[in-house]
Amino acid sequence: MEMSKHNTDAELEVKKSTVLNSGWSAKARSDAFDRIAKSGLPTARDEYWKYTNPKTLTNKIVEKASLLTVNESDIFKSVSPLKIVFVDGKFSPEKSDKLILSGLSIERLDTIKKLDLHWAKELYGRYEKLGQLSVSRPLAAYNTAYANEGLIIHVTDRVERPINIIYEHEDEYSDVILHHVIKIDSNAELTLLESGAAAARLNQVLEVEVNEDAKFNHIRVLGRDHERRAATHIFGELSRSSTFKSFTLTVNGILTRNECFLNIAGDDAMAHISGACVGDGDFHHDDTVFVTHDAVGSESRQVFKKVLRNGATGVFQGKILVKPDAQKTDGYQISQSLLLDEDSQFLAKPELEIYADDVACSHGSTSGAIDEDALFYLTSRGISKPVAIDMLTMAFLAEAVDEIDNDNLKDVILELLSGWLERRR
Amino acid sequence: MLKINNLHVSLEDEDKEILKGVDLTVDAGKVHAIMGPNGSGKSTLSYVLSGKEGYNVTDGSVELNGDDIMELEPEERAALGLFLAFQYPIEIPGVGNMTFLRTALNAQRKARGEDEISATDFLRLVREKAATLKIDSDMLKRPVNVGFSGGEKKRNEILQMAMLEPKICILDETDSGLDVDAMKLVANGVNALRDEGRGFLVITHYQRLLDHIKPDVVHIMADGKIIKSGGPELALEVENNGYSDLLDEAS
Repeated sequence: MEMSKHNTDAELEVKKSTVLNSGWSAKARSDAFDRIAKSGLPTARDEYWKYTNPKTLTNKIVEKASLLTVNESDIFKSVSPLKIVFVDGKFSPEKSDKLILSGLSIERLDTIKKLDLHWAKELYGRYEKLGQLSVSRPLAAYNTAYANEGLIIHVTDRVERPINIIYEHEDEYSDVILHHVIKIDSNAELTLLESGAAAARLNQVLEVEVNEDAKFNHIRVLGRDHERRAATHIFGELSRSSTFKSFTLTVNGILTRNECFLNIAGDDAMAHISGACVGDGDFHHDDTVFVTHDAVGSESRQVFKKVLRNGATGVFQGKILVKPDAQKTDGYQISQSLLLDEDSQFLAKPELEIYADDVACSHGSTSGAIDEDALFYLTSRGISKPVAIDMLTMAFLAEAVDEIDNDNLKDVILELLSGWLERRR
Repeated sequence: MLKINNLHVSLEDEDKEILKGVDLTVDAGKVHAIMGPNGSGKSTLSYVLSGKEGYNVTDGSVELNGDDIMELEPEERAALGLFLAFQYPIEIPGVGNMTFLRTALNAQRKARGEDEISATDFLRLVREKAATLKIDSDMLKRPVNVGFSGGEKKRNEILQMAMLEPKICILDETDSGLDVDAMKLVANGVNALRDEGRGFLVITHYQRLLDHIKPDVVHIMADGKIIKSGGPELALEVENNGYSDLLDEAS
């Protein structure tokens, strides 16, 4: 209580001295610091934060987030992944598997950051910086400047066994910064699974370089602790004929801002970003996506579905930017919300910015309620109203979940969703 | 079995009375047909019986095997054995036909205190019933009614009826949009379900469906009331002379 008497509105401190003397990453951190110094931390007045108030993400004091009593660590066990566990942002060697997997190397930022030289020097902060050219993303720059933990992964081959980063949350006031860097060599492939609440407040950056003909599959499930807050950023760079697929399930959480910035730099590359979220009450969920096509014949899809009830808020800001030489671009974007009552709201800002003349781009955004005719049809066959509403809700979410190729992983997601719906009947 | 007594119904949104005192009793084992011109209230009657929202019952009662059903939810009426074959079956993207059928069947069994049907028994049953209606496995796998032709949708309604084995079947213009072959297929499906314990209320504009589903009683409905009831010959009279003579007679 003492603390709340003063300084409750103070922002996070940004001091350059704290980012220096950090080995190979010093330059990247110093540059990132300069970016925040220039832009400042986000405020509710910023256009990019018009629909989501960043105050609790930038405040010095972290709001309490009660712990979920259910352990969600093993949700992906059906695909036997390599488990890497962080507890409130600290790597846990006891809970993790050995960081050894054929076809890739895994290192921890914490243990390598004092080194003078490391290959990650070329990548760390690079794609975050590139993502700042269009719109400033100060929380990501802050992350690059201050992150002490995270994984540095170099994938050199097609790796079949997925990696599962599990983020456990045990401290009700934990304030965590994580920064992962993944480099996927030509023709290599990685499936990354992420799960768990991570912290009371999480600031996470994931930078991924997908080289020629390489593949990145990403499925994440943000933990369902009701009061947790998270600001996450994915920065992806796609080379020729590469594939980038990322799906995020968000169930609960008082505040989530998921940004994804992808730069399609190589011809014939493919990027699919999708998400499904279900939220109740003071749930606020924001997907902010920016895809740049800067190569010929590339394809991108953005598919986001939100189910909102009891006054929950959903936000979608999605942009497709097609540069002048990016001919034959195929861009698709859809964001839809299902509002289960009149108190909930969905705020969408879909944008297309196209400078090439031979492209096929489409976008759509809708908000709707449960279809009464469909509901009557189902109930007239004997299905109870709550079950019928759940069936229609799952049907609504299906388009986003169908973006997941792997059937086992799709089943995991469907089970989590139907479990959530069932608990709220 | 189904006893409709002095039923008065108006639209919830506007103060307009659609049914103005309908009296009708369907006994077990019997097929009753309701014919009538457009706007006479035939479809409203089918919706009100099955519990659709948007209507106010201002007077009268409806009993199904002694239970007053007007206060019940649609799913409760279904569990008591009431089934409506829709004039325009609803498309439900994202819900598989099989999942839908199985969920509906088990929900009804549960409501009646019976055990759920096992997955293998369900599959065997659905395949057997589907075959007689010429519904292939592709149609069973697809989302409910999505991409179905008019005839496929109506056959799918009859499949649901066959699976759920209701006590009273209401068919709302099941012949609309069907060619002769499709109508025969649907009629055969309905006839296969004719049974001592089951009543039918067949709503139609035209006599031709009644060539295939032979009714015991024919009612003529106009302006929210049954204005005449009789045997199958009444349908033929409508076919030959239209409704105007009957309407004149009633007024």
